[in-house]
Amino acid sequence: MQAIGPNPFLFIGAVLFVCGVICMTTKRNGIGVLMGVELVLNGANLNFITFSRFTPLGLDGQVFSLFVIVLAAAEAAVALAIALNFYNNHLTIDVDRGDELHG
Amino acid sequence: MNTAEIILFWLFAALTCGGAVSVCVSQNVVRMAFALVLTLGSTAVLFLLLGADFVGATQLLVYVGGTLVLIVFGVMLTATGPFTRIKSSAADGILSGLIGVIFLFIVASTVTSVRWVDTDDGQGIASKITLGAHLTKAEGGFNPAQQGNTTRQLGLSFLSIRPDRDLNLGVRPATSEKPKLSTGYLLPFEIVSVHLLVVLVGAAYLARTKRRTKT
Repeated sequence: MQAIGPNPFLFIGAVLFVCGVICMTTKRNGIGVLMGVELVLNGANLNFITFSRFTPLGLDGQVFSLFVIVLAAAEAAVALAIALNFYNNHLTIDVDRGDELHG
Repeated sequence: MNTAEIILFWLFAALTCGGAVSVCVSQNVVRMAFALVLTLGSTAVLFLLLGADFVGATQLLVYVGGTLVLIVFGVMLTATGPFTRIKSSAADGILSGLIGVIFLFIVASTVTSVRWVDTDDGQGIASKITLGAHLTKAEGGFNPAQQGNTTRQLGLSFLSIRPDRDLNLGVRPATSEKPKLSTGYLLPFEIVSVHLLVVLVGAAYLARTKRRTKT
């Protein structure tokens, strides 16, 4: 069997990205939207690591993926706090109910 | 890559894609969280197969161990029943699936039509990436990228020391002036650490218990 090039990894990254975008746009559950964001960030991370392996990008791609992981953790903490506040105010986490700011 | 690595790659590639699709398809939040655990863990194995051992371990520790536990706590704290379903309609599901397939075709065909790796006739993208005017790729340097064992280099690059780029700079005869050193990541590291502190304080402030308002 021949060695695996970057294209299968990039295809997996594309699958993660598309699934994350679809998850973000179609889920009505707020936690589901959060999971879609995590999927998109993982697709980007996989692309970073792939290019750090197969191109002269080298270690910089791994450093950037570490930053992405840390910022995703921070984003999940804040988004979860917002979701808890939303649940306290609305007694549901359906994002379609958060329409009080419409003009 | 040997045969075992190739088999592992296809196994965990299938697990990653299947987990991602089932996160999209499932309507149950708890099952979505489990599929997300599967996806993120398989992605960590893919990172390890790509030679990024420290990033793979960090993915397991921070994502699967930290962020996913946080999300599961969010599911537990916001669920009104044991298996909460907030359903979308079936027409929405069909439409979004159709759009997703088209979108995936566009992205995947674009990405895979580029020849990223150098081939024999020199048509790849990889040799055209410039690292900066004074830099070439260090041949036989500190540690080749595909060997793994990146922990020490990552730690040094967070201290703005780059042995993976700079180790063989002095022996190049073409330049008469002193070689410039590569940039590291000390300032972004400090910024991200302060950012994490501020974010955690802010999240604890936002999520504190308050009296529930009447609806």
